[in-house]
Amino acid sequence: MITYPFNYKRAKSVAEAETLLKGSPDAKLLAGGQTLIAAMKMRLANPSDLIDISGIKELSYIRVSGDAVTIGAATTHAEVATSAEVARAIPALAYLASLIGDPAVRHKGTLGGSVANNDPAADYPAAVLGLGATIKTSRRSITADDFFTGMFSTALEDGEIVTEVSFPIPQKASYKKFPNPASRYAMAGVFVARTKSGVRVAVTGAGPCVFRVPAMEAALAKGFSPDAISGIAIDADGLNSDIHGSAEYRAHLVGVMAKRAVAEAA
Amino acid sequence: MAVVSMTVNGKPVSVETEDRTLLVYFLREQLRLTGTHIGCDTSQCGACVVHVDGKAVKSCSMFAVQAEGAQVTTIEGLAKDGKLHPVQEAFRENHGLQCGFCTPGMIMTAVDMIRRKPNLDRETIRHELEGNICRCTGYHNIVSSIEDAAKRMGGAS
Repeated sequence: MITYPFNYKRAKSVAEAETLLKGSPDAKLLAGGQTLIAAMKMRLANPSDLIDISGIKELSYIRVSGDAVTIGAATTHAEVATSAEVARAIPALAYLASLIGDPAVRHKGTLGGSVANNDPAADYPAAVLGLGATIKTSRRSITADDFFTGMFSTALEDGEIVTEVSFPIPQKASYKKFPNPASRYAMAGVFVARTKSGVRVAVTGAGPCVFRVPAMEAALAKGFSPDAISGIAIDADGLNSDIHGSAEYRAHLVGVMAKRAVAEAA
Repeated sequence: MAVVSMTVNGKPVSVETEDRTLLVYFLREQLRLTGTHIGCDTSQCGACVVHVDGKAVKSCSMFAVQAEGAQVTTIEGLAKDGKLHPVQEAFRENHGLQCGFCTPGMIMTAVDMIRRKPNLDRETIRHELEGNICRCTGYHNIVSSIEDAAKRMGGAS
């Protein structure tokens, strides 16, 4: 399959990428391209220019401090999945990255690309929201709770570039995903984190956008065990329904995955 | 149109191509290296896997211009001096192919897998083959081939 024509430009810095974006209103950033290129081949996307930010050195790093794991936006899923530092600080995050796509896709796909795209069934948004991470951009810092605004939509403005994501290190966390057997995207994925400030539960794959489950968070704050949430039903209203599973099925899966995640993080 | 330069199977190449040319078409149609196959063209099947700077990628899901300056290895670049790569040899001896269409991608994936995880068990191999589809469903012997190759290579690629 062949995409519509476009002009390819390689940015060497975030500043240069911003300038290039300003110069062409229909341009798109290219990071790993594992979603964008597929969409362009289907002719669902038709950018006038592709500004390649995958080679920007200043965007590729993993830093672990006492209280946070900070990852540059152009860091690949493979780098996060195999990082000993990430595995020590937040094992659930390294594990989550190891579940994205397949090994070849993980060699290209990036953290920044995943969160900026905000696919309803992507894995990273669950960790970003579940850990209460902060997304740093070329202009500002945005909390996870404010960042994901809807299906494929985020708080990012035109020309704004994700530069890093900072994940607070939890006391304990777990991610459990029920993958679609063909695509490996999440039918339902639940990220549960126990932090100093409370419990967070984030769900991907089940709804149009990653979301938290306050009822589960409250119940788990009182007693952190699978039994604590076994009576909490997820409302199927508004959840995704497609050939792979009904909204009711996904609602049920969320409960099952949440209990498994809690059991692991208990 | 721009001239794209990279090293393919150890040889430097500079070829004029459109920005939208996918790496797989660049390799197959412009360099005439047709060992890399196009199966699904949607990054699901893995028939197009090549190595870019030593890492397995799906060449249907990146543009040739992105490989500017890179070291690219295709299935044609594995055998050296008329001698098959140990992974190729293992596929031959273990009957790791039926129709052979998925084989170039399977082998390129296997070489990358053994590089990253020298000690492979069958379950790990099956998980690592997530992105490669064999429509003959000949996975059993593919897994055996990779297991054998990893042993032959003794953990070194």
